[in-house]
Parts: sequence; structure tokens; C-alpha cells
Amino acid sequence: MSEETKALESMIGEEYKYGFTTDVEYEDFPKGISEDIIRELSSRKEEPEWMLEFRLKSYRAWLEMEEPEWFNATYTKPDFENLLYYSAPKKRPSLDSLDDVDPNIRETYEKLGIPLEEQKMLAGVAVDAVFDSVSVFTSFKEKLAEAGVIFCSISEAIKEHPDLVKKYMGSVIPARDNFYAALNSAVFSDGSFCYIPKNTACPMELSTYFRINNMESGQFERTLIIAEEGASVSYLEGCTAPMYDENQLHAAVVELIALDHADIKYSTIQNWYSGDENGKGGIYNFVTKRGICKGNHSKISWTQLETGSAVTLKYPSVILQGDHSIGEFYSVAVTTKKQQADTGTKMIHLGKNTRSTIISKGISAGESNNSYRGEVKIGKKATGSKNYSVCDSMLIGQSCGAHTFPYISSENASSSVEHEATTSRVGEEQIFYLMQRGISEQDAISMIINGFVKDVLKELPLEFAVEANKLLDIKLEGSVG
Amino acid sequence: MLEIRNLHAVVEGEELEILKGVNLSVNKGEIHAIMGPNGSGKSTLSKVVSGHPEYEVTEGTILFEGEDITDMDADERAHLGLFLAFQYPVEVPGITNKTLLREAYNTIARANEREELDPLEFEDYLVSKLEIIEMKDEFLNRSINTGFSGGEKKKNEIFQMAVLNPRLSFLDETDSGLDIDALKVVSDGVNKIASPENAIVMITHYQRLLNYIKPDFVHVMMNGKIVKSGDISLAEELEANGYDQMQKELA
Repeated sequence: MSEETKALESMIGEEYKYGFTTDVEYEDFPKGISEDIIRELSSRKEEPEWMLEFRLKSYRAWLEMEEPEWFNATYTKPDFENLLYYSAPKKRPSLDSLDDVDPNIRETYEKLGIPLEEQKMLAGVAVDAVFDSVSVFTSFKEKLAEAGVIFCSISEAIKEHPDLVKKYMGSVIPARDNFYAALNSAVFSDGSFCYIPKNTACPMELSTYFRINNMESGQFERTLIIAEEGASVSYLEGCTAPMYDENQLHAAVVELIALDHADIKYSTIQNWYSGDENGKGGIYNFVTKRGICKGNHSKISWTQLETGSAVTLKYPSVILQGDHSIGEFYSVAVTTKKQQADTGTKMIHLGKNTRSTIISKGISAGESNNSYRGEVKIGKKATGSKNYSVCDSMLIGQSCGAHTFPYISSENASSSVEHEATTSRVGEEQIFYLMQRGISEQDAISMIINGFVKDVLKELPLEFAVEANKLLDIKLEGSVG
Repeated sequence: MLEIRNLHAVVEGEELEILKGVNLSVNKGEIHAIMGPNGSGKSTLSKVVSGHPEYEVTEGTILFEGEDITDMDADERAHLGLFLAFQYPVEVPGITNKTLLREAYNTIARANEREELDPLEFEDYLVSKLEIIEMKDEFLNRSINTGFSGGEKKKNEIFQMAVLNPRLSFLDETDSGLDIDALKVVSDGVNKIASPENAIVMITHYQRLLNYIKPDFVHVMMNGKIVKSGDISLAEELEANGYDQMQKELA
């Protein structure tokens, strides 16, 4: 291996030095899972009877299910009896000023260009009077309320909008869908609820709000987004700022429902702790995300930038039920060190003239393993439908792996499916070419990577696309030469 | 300007010498041609001079404007004004020609404490250079060499040379793979760039290129060394008799 390759490998394997912990005061709640625990959890959350029933039914389904093992990853299975399924709402900020925050973390925030006051909230610093977070939330809320948009925690929605929650929760991802969805349905902690009424364009990107508001998502997050006829919304979860979480297992469920002519854009930036050099201690990210294009001419678009977690199993999918509906999946998955990612999508075409696009870019470095797994299924009645898929992998160094598992089936002759896949290596020739033009080694690598992922990052909301580029740079930055 | 003394080089980590004591001296305002059969080390020489990490210098020195650059990184050499037009230009998908050149131009400007150009100024500057290789604006917004034809890739190299305005350029087999029309465009471009202030070293297998770009000096390289130097008549002799004949004579 040449010096160049070594430099590349060490640079991309940069320590996750930005993680941080805060002392957590657990409320007194027993560990483990049982019907009694679920009853206790539901009662502490002051939930109605129907919600408790939903949880218990899911729990019973979960008990009968096997933990899946079909993916391309190996890890120690979580000990479900040793998990804590309820934690109290977030404690008070523990630091007095940003000066008390680890300088590394502050540096990252600054590199990412996160506004000062947001930095404080992210780092758990008491916010001073100039920036009253409550009033910011209130003004967001007022603006949304004027438009008739409901945006609140799922716990609040269960109490305030039970009809909507009852109608839609579990309608896209039933509790029995898979092992982790069943577990989530039984014990979900909290999450977001979003309802966009008929013919309404949500007046703001729900990203800014979300970044500040979602600091306590918990390990079993539950999200439900409903766009009525002609409604549209753009939603961003997660943030580029590195997140540490003491919960190792994250098993979220996200359901999207788009009615006639509705348009939902859902973007994710995931940068959770990915573990040490040996992959120890990182987060398991086992998420079920699915949207249904229920109405004609509806559209659901998933965009994700996955850079964190020790193990990621995640397949944001779209059921294209309405005629002329559109499903999209744009993904960048970066794995370094011993990270393992098995991610992709499913596009299930049921309606006529439905279209789906899949653009997946995997970057593997270190000793990591990065798999794309995607299913495209075009049903008998989905005549005139089209899918276009591109899966590109980039390898950095000699010890990583990239894999592609496409599953394609079409049951009618008037539809077409197109699949392209490439694998390339960040080559010394590319780096030398750019360096010969005067560009530093680090900038050369960053250019090559950014060029590779460009088609996906341009789908992110603008402010986050800029941050996402910086996040990739930080991930790759380090000991050059 | 360039002074190569007794240069020996190997592929990093290997024993076999590819350059076995090259001596070469290039002054400003001069055009040199290095000719030689396949495997003689002429392409390697251009890579070693420009700092390719695959090669290791085991003996000798490379002086550029009096400064020893033998151990410098490739980007630092570029900052000093050294340019290599690649035999096989590399594709970099997703990054436009324009982005690369602005980044490169400004990085070199910074390194030399010259003023950088803002995007608008730079755009004008770029467009002014396009005519050198008879290319349209759209050329600027295409990803670097991605999906370019062989001829376009070579033109792009000369375009980059025009934009970065180097002191010394190595043109590594710039004529290979070009049809006669493209060869004329590329050669015209090089002739427009050549000035009393800069120098050019062409590496070529065939004499054909020298009909379009007239060298002041011709060197013949064989088996890792420059074995004969002269003027254009040396190239004509080679064209007439071939490398084998010369090798025999030298032996």
C-alpha cells in the first residue's frame, strides 16, 4: 500500500471526537419489557385506552416474531430485557455557557455554520434572555397554525387529534410488518405528527423548527405525516451536528401518507456515534420508513445522508398506489472504520403510469461494509410504469466492501425498469491529477467525494445541502500526508 | 529554468530503475521535444518531474528556477509554475471544469501572493481562453473529462494550460489519439501559449507533432537515459531510420 493510500485511510477513519455525554438522571422506571411495563409506560404518558390497546397488540405480535438476520451485517443482538423503555423528558441544561463546551464540538458547529443560539441548544447550554427559544417555537407554531398545519409531538397528537392518529397510525407500517416495527409500535417513546390540510403548501420548511425541537427524540421514535389532497410539505429530520446518545438501539418508525396531488419531501441527515476503532459502542439504527402515495398524482421523495451509526438497516420505501404517482429515493451512505450499512429502498408500483427513481451513492472506507439493497416491484395493474435506478459505490482504501443487491420484478409488459450500477475507487491518479493543478491533497479528496454525491445532495433543502457538504469534508478531514 | 541532474527513479517499493541518470536543462523561451521508443522512460520522466507519488527518486536532483523540488508534493510544484498535460487525462465526475480551474487558479494565486479572481472575473477570464482551443462555453460546465472524447480530453489539457499559465509545461504524448483536425487545433493552442517567458517540453513517440510545434531542441531517450540531443534534424533522422538504427549506432 502506498503512502497516499495510507493517508487516505487514516484521514477517512478520523476519530469521532465530537461526541459528548451529559449525565442523565433516570426517573425511577424498571428495565425490561412486559405487558405490565407497557401499561405503566402508557399510563405515565396519560394515553387513552385505544392507544394502550394498540401497544399491547403490537407487543403480542412482537413476541411471536423472530429477530431478522437476512442483512449483510453482523453485530451483537440487543438485550431487550436490559433496555429502558421509558425515560423522563429532558433535564435542564447542564452548562452555563458555550465556553464550557468541548472546543472540538464548538469547532464542528462553527465549521458547519450553525447559528450561535442553536449551538447552545445543541450543546445543552442554558439559553440567555436574548434568544428565547420558547418564543421562537411559538412564532413557528403561530405561522403554521395560520395555515391550518398541525405540527406537534405524537404524544400530543394522540390526545388532541385522536381521529387522525387512529385512522393513519399503523396504516402504512402495520405492527406486524417486521420485528423492529412491532417493537416500536409497542413501546414508542415520542416523535412528530404533521398534518397538512387540503390544498395547503406548508408555509415553511419544517427543518429549522425540527433541528431545535427534536433534541429528545428517544430511541423508539414514531413519526406520522399526512398530506391531504393538494397539500405539500418538506420535512427534515436529524442534523449535521454530531449526536451522541446513550441508547444503543434506535428503532424508529416513520409513516407518510400522500393523498391526491399531495407532495411530501422527507430528508434525513444522520450522524450518530459510530463506535470506536473496533466498532464498539456505536448506535444500531434499525429504522422502518415507508410512505404511501395513496392518491392519484401524488409524490413522495426520500433523501438521506447517512454518515453515522455502527450498524444501519434502513429502507425508506414508497407504495405507489395512486395512478400517476411518483416515488423517489436519493441516498448517500458513508461508512468508515468498522461501520456497517445495509440500506436502500423499495418501490412498489400498484397504480397505472407510476414512476420511481432511485439514486444511491455508497462510500466505503476503512474496514467498513456498505450494501445497497433495493426492490423494485411493478404489479400487474401498474401498466405504463417506469423505474430508473442508479447505484454507485466508491471505495477508499483496500479493506472496505461495497455490495449491491437489487431485486427487480415486473408483472406487465408495458412497464420498464432500468438499473445501472458502478463501483469505483478513489484513485491515486485522480488525486494526482487534481494536485498537479495546484490543489491540495485534502481538497482534492473532498472534491472527488463531493462530485460523486452531488446528484443526491442537490435534493436536500438548500441550507442543509451546504451543511451536508461540510459534514462530508469533516468526516474526511484529518492527518494528510 | 529546469535543471535535471543525474536523475534516477524507481516505482515506489520496487527495485527496477526506470530512470537511470537523466540530465536535462531547459531555459525560458525554449521548446524541447523528447522522443523515444515505448518503455524508454519518457512518460515516467514527466511524472517524476511533476511529483507523481507512485515514483521514488533514488538519486539526483531536480532544480526549478534554482530551487530543489526533488522532494516537493505535486501541488507545491504546480504552485511554482510546473504543469503536466496528461497522456491519459483523468475523469472526475460531478465537478465541472470551471470549478476545478477556479479552485486551481486561485490556489496558485494565493500561493504566489497574487490577487484571486472572484467568480465573475474568473468567468470572463475563462471565456477569453476558450478560443485558444476553439471550444464553446458549454465546455466549462461539463464534469472534468467525464464522457469526453479522446480529442476533447487532450484539448481540455491545453485549455487548462492556457488558463493556469504555467512557466514550464510537460506535454505527455499530447498528440496521441488525435485526428489531424484535432492535432492542428491542439498544436495551434500550444503555439499561442508559447512565449519568451515560458518553456515547453513535449514528449512524443512520433515526429508528426513536430511538424506543427517546432522545437528548438530534440532529445532521444532510450533505456532510462537521454542518449542523444540535437536540433530538429535529429527528429528527421529518427523518422527516416527508426529507433533501432539509432540504438545500433550508439552501441
